[in-house]
Formats: sequence, C-alpha cells, structure tokens
Amino acid sequence: MSQEQILSSDGIPLEESLKKAERKNKLKAVLLVAPLFLFILIIYIFPIGDMLFRSVDDRMITKMLPKTFVAMEKWDGKDLPDEPVYEGLYEDLSLLKKNKTFGKIIARLNYEKSGFSSLIKKTIRKIDKLEEGNYKEQFIKIHKRWGQAEYLVALKNTAPNWSYAKYLKGVDLKYDENRNIIQQDEDRRIYKTLWLRTINVAFWVTIFCFILAYPIAHLLATLPMKYSNLLMICVLLPFWTSLLVRTSSWMVLLQQQGPINDLIVWLGWAADDNRPELMYNVIGTFVAMTQILLPFMILPLYSVMKTISPSLMRAGKSLGGTPLVSFVKIYFPLTIPGIGAGSLLVFILAIGYYITPALVGGASGSLISNNIAYHMKSSLDWAFASALGTMLLVGVLAIYWVYNKLVGIDNIKLG
Amino acid sequence: MSSDHFVRFENVDKSYDGKQLVVKGLNLDIEEGEFVTMLGPSGSGKTTCLMMLAGFETPTNGQIYLDNKVISDIPPHKRGIGMVFQNYALFPHMTVYENLAFPLRVRKIPKDEADKKVDKALSMVSLQGFEARMPMQLSGGQQQRVAVARSLVFDPKLVLMDEPLGALDKNLRESMQYEIKHIHENIGVTVVYVTHDQTEALTMSNRIAVFNDGKVQQLSSPDELYERPVNSFVAEFIGENNTFVGEVIDVSGNKCKVKLNTGTEIMANPIVAKSKGDKTTVSLRPERAIIDPEKDMDNNHKGKIEEVIYHGDHTRLRVDLLGNNDFILKIPNSSNRMDIKEGKEIKIGWNSVDCRALDPK
Repeated sequence: MSQEQILSSDGIPLEESLKKAERKNKLKAVLLVAPLFLFILIIYIFPIGDMLFRSVDDRMITKMLPKTFVAMEKWDGKDLPDEPVYEGLYEDLSLLKKNKTFGKIIARLNYEKSGFSSLIKKTIRKIDKLEEGNYKEQFIKIHKRWGQAEYLVALKNTAPNWSYAKYLKGVDLKYDENRNIIQQDEDRRIYKTLWLRTINVAFWVTIFCFILAYPIAHLLATLPMKYSNLLMICVLLPFWTSLLVRTSSWMVLLQQQGPINDLIVWLGWAADDNRPELMYNVIGTFVAMTQILLPFMILPLYSVMKTISPSLMRAGKSLGGTPLVSFVKIYFPLTIPGIGAGSLLVFILAIGYYITPALVGGASGSLISNNIAYHMKSSLDWAFASALGTMLLVGVLAIYWVYNKLVGIDNIKLG
Repeated sequence: MSSDHFVRFENVDKSYDGKQLVVKGLNLDIEEGEFVTMLGPSGSGKTTCLMMLAGFETPTNGQIYLDNKVISDIPPHKRGIGMVFQNYALFPHMTVYENLAFPLRVRKIPKDEADKKVDKALSMVSLQGFEARMPMQLSGGQQQRVAVARSLVFDPKLVLMDEPLGALDKNLRESMQYEIKHIHENIGVTVVYVTHDQTEALTMSNRIAVFNDGKVQQLSSPDELYERPVNSFVAEFIGENNTFVGEVIDVSGNKCKVKLNTGTEIMANPIVAKSKGDKTTVSLRPERAIIDPEKDMDNNHKGKIEEVIYHGDHTRLRVDLLGNNDFILKIPNSSNRMDIKEGKEIKIGWNSVDCRALDPK
C-alpha cells in the first residue's frame, strides 16, 4: 500500500495545517525572546567581538604610511632599502604633517621600537626643507637612525594588517627584528607573574570559600526552619550589600590601626610598633575576596544539600557505616554537583575580580584585571587591554571545558 | 532488669519538646523470630519507637534491651539492626550491587564472600541480574526489593521496616506483603514493622501492637485483635465496627445486660465494663449480625434499611437499629437475598458473646 497523504477534516494536508496551527505560537515565542536576544547582542556579543577584533587590529599604521609599505614590499629587509622607500616615506610623512595626524603613528612606532619617537618628530619638523630627489641621503642627514637598518626593519614589521604582538606581550614574549618569538627582556617580564598570581589567588579563594561554605550550607540545609531562615539572612545580607561598601569595610577592619590589628596587639601576637600589614598586599586580597565570594559557594551547595534526604545518612549508619564513613561514602559524593557549581562560579568570578584587589590589594595583591583597567584608563593601550581580556576569556572557557570533561556540565546545580 | 526477651522496651518515655510525651511509659516485649507490627494512626508514637530502637532517637526515660543488652549507649552503626526506610533511602550514586555491598564493605568482609552474600540477597527478592543498575533506573517495586535485600544482606538478627510499602500502588503492595512475609518465614529473622494500614498488619504479622496516644493499646495476634479487641479504640481502629452506647444494669456470669440510651436492653459480653452501673460502648462486628436469624439468638431486634451499597462480592446495608442509624451489615452476594430494598424492615439477631461491652468512648 502506498503512503497516502493524511488530510485534516477540511481537506488540507495534515502537515500543512499543523504548521499553520503552530505558526502563531512560534511567532509569539520569537517575540518573547527577541528583547533579550537583542540586549545580549548589543550589550554582550557585539562588544566582545569588537574587543577580539581590536586586540589583533593593526591597520591604523598601514593606512597612514601606504606608499612606504608598498615600496618596502620589494625590499629584502637586510641592508638599507633603496630610494623608493625613502621617497614613499617622504610623501606619507608630508601628508601626515599637512593633516596634523602624526601623533598616533609616533606612539605606535615607539611601541615597536623605542627611539622612533624622536626620529619621527625630528623628521616631520624638517620635512618641508627637503629638496626633490635623493631622499635617502637627505633623510639620513636629518637623523642618523634612518641609516640604521634595524629601524627600517622595525618599520617594515608593522606593515601587516593583523598582529598578534599584543598576545605575545601578554605572556612576556615579543618579536625580535627578524620576526622570531623571543622572551621579553628580564626587567620587563611582569605578565607571567601577574597571571600566576591571579590563578593562584583565584584557586586559594575557591578553596577557602569551600572550606568555610560547606559547614554553613550543611547547617542551612539541616537546621529547623526557625534557625535556618535566620542563618540564610546572615548569608544573604552581605550578598545584598554593595560590593564597594563591603570592600571599604574590610579596609577599615584591616588597616594598621584597625580593630583586627588592635586585637592582634592586645593578644600579644605582635608588638604595637610592629603591627602586621594586613592590607595592600595579598593577605588583604585573600580575606576580602573570600568573604565577598562566599555566598556564591554557599548557595549552590545549599540547594544541592537541601535535596539530600536525611534518611540516606541514617541508612548509612543503620547499615553499619560510622558517621565518618557514611559522610565520606554517601553524603559527600552527593554534594559534588554543588561543589562543582560553587567552585566554578567562585573561581571564574575570582579570576576576573577587579574592585576588591584594586582597593585592598596594593601592588603585590593586584590581579590581571587591574592591569587591564590600567591599560584601558591610563596607558590607553586598548589593543593590549583587549588582548589581555581575550586571554582571560579564553582561560575561563578552557576551565569550563575541563570541568565539563571531568565532572560533566549536566551535573552542575546552581539552585 | 532484663529477661530473655529478644527486644524489650521498659517504661520508655519520649518527648521532643519537653512539654508533650509522644511515647508514654511503653512496655513491649518481642521474641526472637517474630514478625511484630506497630500499628496506629499517624502521631501515635509508633515511628518514634522504631527510631529509638534503631538508635536515631534516644528515649527520654526508660530502657530498651536488645538481646539482653541495654542499647541506649550503643550508636546506631554498632547495633547491627537492618532497616528499610519509608522512601527506601537507596544511595542514588551507587549501583544496586554497591548499595548491597555497602554494609559488607564497612564490615570488612572479603570481596568474594561479599559477592556471594549480595547474590543471595538479590535472589531472595528475585532481582538477580540487576547488580549494575542505578536505583533511578528501577521501578518503585524494584527499589523496594533492593531496600529489603540491603537490610538483610549483612545477616542482621533484627530488621526494622518503617512503612516500607506506603509509596506503592495497591496491587504491588499486596504482592510485596506476601513476599516480605515469605522472606521472614524462610530466614527466621525478627522483624519489627511499622504501618498505619491495618490490612497490611493483619496479613503479615505474628503479633500486632496497636498504638494510640503514645501507648500500646493491645498487643496480640491478628485474629485475637480482630475477634477480641480489649478496648473501644482497638475495636474501632481494626476492621469495621458497630457500636451502641449505654450502661450495664445487670451482670450474670459471662453475660451482662446493657441498657442503651434509647431505653432498649441488649445482652452483651462483659469485657471492660464488668460491674453494674458502668458506662460502656458495646462493639459488634458487622459479619456477626445475621438477618432473619433462624434459631433464637440472645439479641433479636428490628431495623429499617437506610441504604444499600453494592460492593461486588458482598452488599453492605446501612440500617437504623436501636437508635444507631449507622449500623452496618454485610451480606454475601448470593441470589436468595434479592428482596433487600431501602426502607424495608428486617429482623437482625446476634449472640451476646460477639457483642463486647468495652470502655465508654
């Protein structure tokens, strides 16, 4: 028997009438989702895309020195280039001077190799006096660095539209003159330390949060309603308080003349004239971040523990397991989804934490996010800030991936 | 003081809040190999008793003996009592095998011996081949069997069951009742079983302790409990029951005359109300009252049929009799009683032996 098309009662094929019936619902669903989708697109996806793009975008200088770079294509990059390169330079720089837009390339070239700043400034100052022809000789006369191949090689190295130099800088690497990747000079290696410190702080904050949160969450889940509600308020109240207020409170508590130091002195653990520094270093970062991130560990743990029936522990004991064995073999394994969720949450939040380390961290307690902020606000090297941000994002995604492989993201339970 | 009872509750009191006693001066002896059910309405203290025996609650006063040893100071994990929980309490992250092996592993029993025991326990509940399943992959009935097997796998001498069949549907519950009963008969373990379902208790137990208000009202075999309840609570709680309220006006041997509030006099069996002037509630099982008695019985009265309720295998009649318009009669569904209709007057008779004069409600 051949497959007959099934018709609905009014003669339209069933499939078609089903689609028609569902079209309205689909439209409704799309309309309901649309505001959030647009919001995420505009506020989240677009800026992140832009950030990714900025971190590798190096077209500015290519646009400003078009003729120079065209001429440089024929140059092998070993000895000094020939006349056409200098002629191109002359034309490009003259145009830049006329438009008064040379500030940006000075900064950009000085990143590439120090010494370019004075070189370009001097050249631009004197460029009007040059006569036509034989630009190479005249350029070298203006500044002897035009006669040194390394500066011209550095210039050539800026030609590509895309550059990964910012990423290399983020891990203390750089290109040498011959485009080989080498280590940054010893006294300029700071990012590896910064990354390690960030991961270290995030890791230990997660551990401290776990140690503190586990018993609290257990109490929350098992105490009678009357007490657990009160405890829950104690957990949530700081959670609802402004981050800035909490961090500032820690500054009050931890400062050298603050109550915690007073207590230490009163207990005789330190002399009054030799009070320990609890702030503007890693200790301050640890203490404040642990307290601030604690609810993010407590709440997922609590929601998981709430679902564990108390009869399971009783069953474990009635079957002969000591309280410890019952805890290790029965209770603990059942809380792992909560531990996973809480740890992931705390670690990811901690690794990108900004305000708290900025306020109580000092120099030795500041993290990668503080450096990103520095490059956004002070040094204005947005490309580098973007590169660091992207690396942070990739790192977080990598942690997520590893977690998924080890524990499985389906096992996560946030509440 | 102890004696040679296997389990013994001695004057046990339990209070949770210091204001109310949940269990009041409980005395209860259980012999080895018995199947004893604690039966009672919710809040009657039966589960509390079980939890005290398991070690999850401590008696406020009094002692509990297990095998002639005081167990108050023994923590639950050293009591060696198997337990089946209301919601099974299977470990959700362990397979069936691991669940059963848990009590053996904590007792450091070698693996090959443990395997044998697990195998034996699973075959007892006919679940061989399910070792690798997770509890979530099992049906309610199968989970129930695993829980039973787990409570028995380490050969405890005493197994406690806390309403283990409460979550199952009716058919499954009935077949599980027989299954648990047979397991008990086969391995001879002592079982203390808690339920609020009287049919379950009657089906399974050697003896039943009826709990109410923190006290054991009656402890006896199922038939004794049904046929000869010692007070009106037990009579009401177990099975169906017709009651008359009145006062004893005359006692002679094993019969007494009770004058009902309506003025009618009936003959009854003096159980609690034994002397003249005692207020009493007279209890009569529906099946002991007979319609149109052929030979004369001690009690013969006329009643009016108020309602006829068809129940398939039998028909229930609600009759207005001696001022009680809730008097229930059961008649087997045979063809010779087709004349029964609402509003009809019928003769009803019963023997005074079956009509027990108990305490007033």
